[in-house]
Amino acid sequence: MTGRPQWEDSLFELIRRTSVDLPGDVEEALRRALAREEKDARARWFLEGILANVEHARRTDTPLCQDTGALLFRFHVPVGFDTNALSAATRAAVARATRLGYLRQNTVDSVSGAVYQTNVAHGSPVFCFEQGARDTVDVRLIMKGGGSENMGAQYSLPCADPGAERNLEGVRRCVLDAVTRAQGNGCAPGVVGVCIGGDRASGHEHAKEQFLRRMDDRSRVKALARLEQRILRDATRLGIGPMGMGGIATLLGVKIGALSRLPASFFVTVSYMCWAFRRRGVLLGRNGGVQRWLY
Amino acid sequence: MALLTPRPLQHPFTLTQIRGLRLGQLVKVSGRVYTARDRVHKYLFDGGKCPVDLEDGAIYHCGPVATRKEGGWEILAAGPTTSIREEAYAPKLIEQYGLRVILGKGGMGPRTEEACARSGCVYLQTIGGAGPMLAAHVARVHGVYFLKEFGMAEAMWELELKDFPAIVAIDAGGRSLYRRIQQASRRVLRRLIEREEPFEAVRSGDADP
Repeated sequence: MTGRPQWEDSLFELIRRTSVDLPGDVEEALRRALAREEKDARARWFLEGILANVEHARRTDTPLCQDTGALLFRFHVPVGFDTNALSAATRAAVARATRLGYLRQNTVDSVSGAVYQTNVAHGSPVFCFEQGARDTVDVRLIMKGGGSENMGAQYSLPCADPGAERNLEGVRRCVLDAVTRAQGNGCAPGVVGVCIGGDRASGHEHAKEQFLRRMDDRSRVKALARLEQRILRDATRLGIGPMGMGGIATLLGVKIGALSRLPASFFVTVSYMCWAFRRRGVLLGRNGGVQRWLY
Repeated sequence: MALLTPRPLQHPFTLTQIRGLRLGQLVKVSGRVYTARDRVHKYLFDGGKCPVDLEDGAIYHCGPVATRKEGGWEILAAGPTTSIREEAYAPKLIEQYGLRVILGKGGMGPRTEEACARSGCVYLQTIGGAGPMLAAHVARVHGVYFLKEFGMAEAMWELELKDFPAIVAIDAGGRSLYRRIQQASRRVLRRLIEREEPFEAVRSGDADP
């Protein structure tokens, strides 16, 4: 990897953009939710406040939520690429973004309770590397707040409550159950990422990977595409609404993926993403320069 | 509708004023509040000395993003954090310190509802995640306590609010909007599970060519 400063600059810019502005598809989903809440003045009050906040953050170049979240980086690199140098440049970019106020000091030592100055620590940021045939480095960043992360859930089917058997109807019940348990605590209206199958660890990872999908896409697996639509429709009837204060905008989206599983296990894993759904991506050239912004 | 016309609420808060607030009333909070989240709550609950006067005052569940500027601090983001984590501590603090207002998000549990009813306190929900927009309602920073011990997010910030938007979600009678919505949503969930058409795994149109 050559030109380390340029890599660091590009990665810093990725973090800055992710922190201060929502991707267009998410903001659009919030506007559509507002339009649908025509009869509920309280739900409208919250959604208008949320949208005003999005504009405010963009205009003032400040983090759109003060919980700048867990930093989930996913890299797609050319074969043989030096990922050690890439993660070092990313850590340096994270430290810089923290110093400049685009990230809060948001990383705590789990044993001593000490707060890290730069958000660089064992386990932070979170990296995932994959190799591919392309000549560019594809970087995706999701910033996921703690309040929404706390609302995640994993079910081992069959599961008596909510009466879920090992089929897609069981998956529907689990997801609706998780959304009902979350109420407004994950900063509704949110998006749920779901993984059917996998093991306990890969289930959570694949559920979060669903957040890389655009709001307007549909699963290529037709049964899952239908299930996503069905759960989204069901969720409007729960009445939880923005911040759990009532309304039809309980969810903005449902994204479901599936992994193979062992015969003995059938996990359904639900990851909750708040309305402050910060997701950005960038394609970087061989020298670390920006080729194209994604989303 | 009167509930949706924001009512001004100025520190120090009086018992009469707080008891007069109805569930679902929009308010604009002005004056002094103190941020407190997990560390400060635990510290005060365990009998730690409170450096400020909280009587007739407000606590805000918030870990702000702040930067130093000449002569003090600037708050860049000041949205709420999830309140339910303080459920074990809040009742004691409400009663011991005579708190009148708790600001946060997501609501509190039955013990806090009871404490609100007993001592005349309300819980106000503000807009979760709306950090910078809410920071624009922080007129100034009077000071900060426990910064070194607990860090920026967990420190106790003394803030002057100006027309800070919120809604009465637990009133001084201990009635909770969350409880109502939660109970209703659980009933709907039962209906969606037990009485609705189950999802069909296979449909003729699903098969890929």
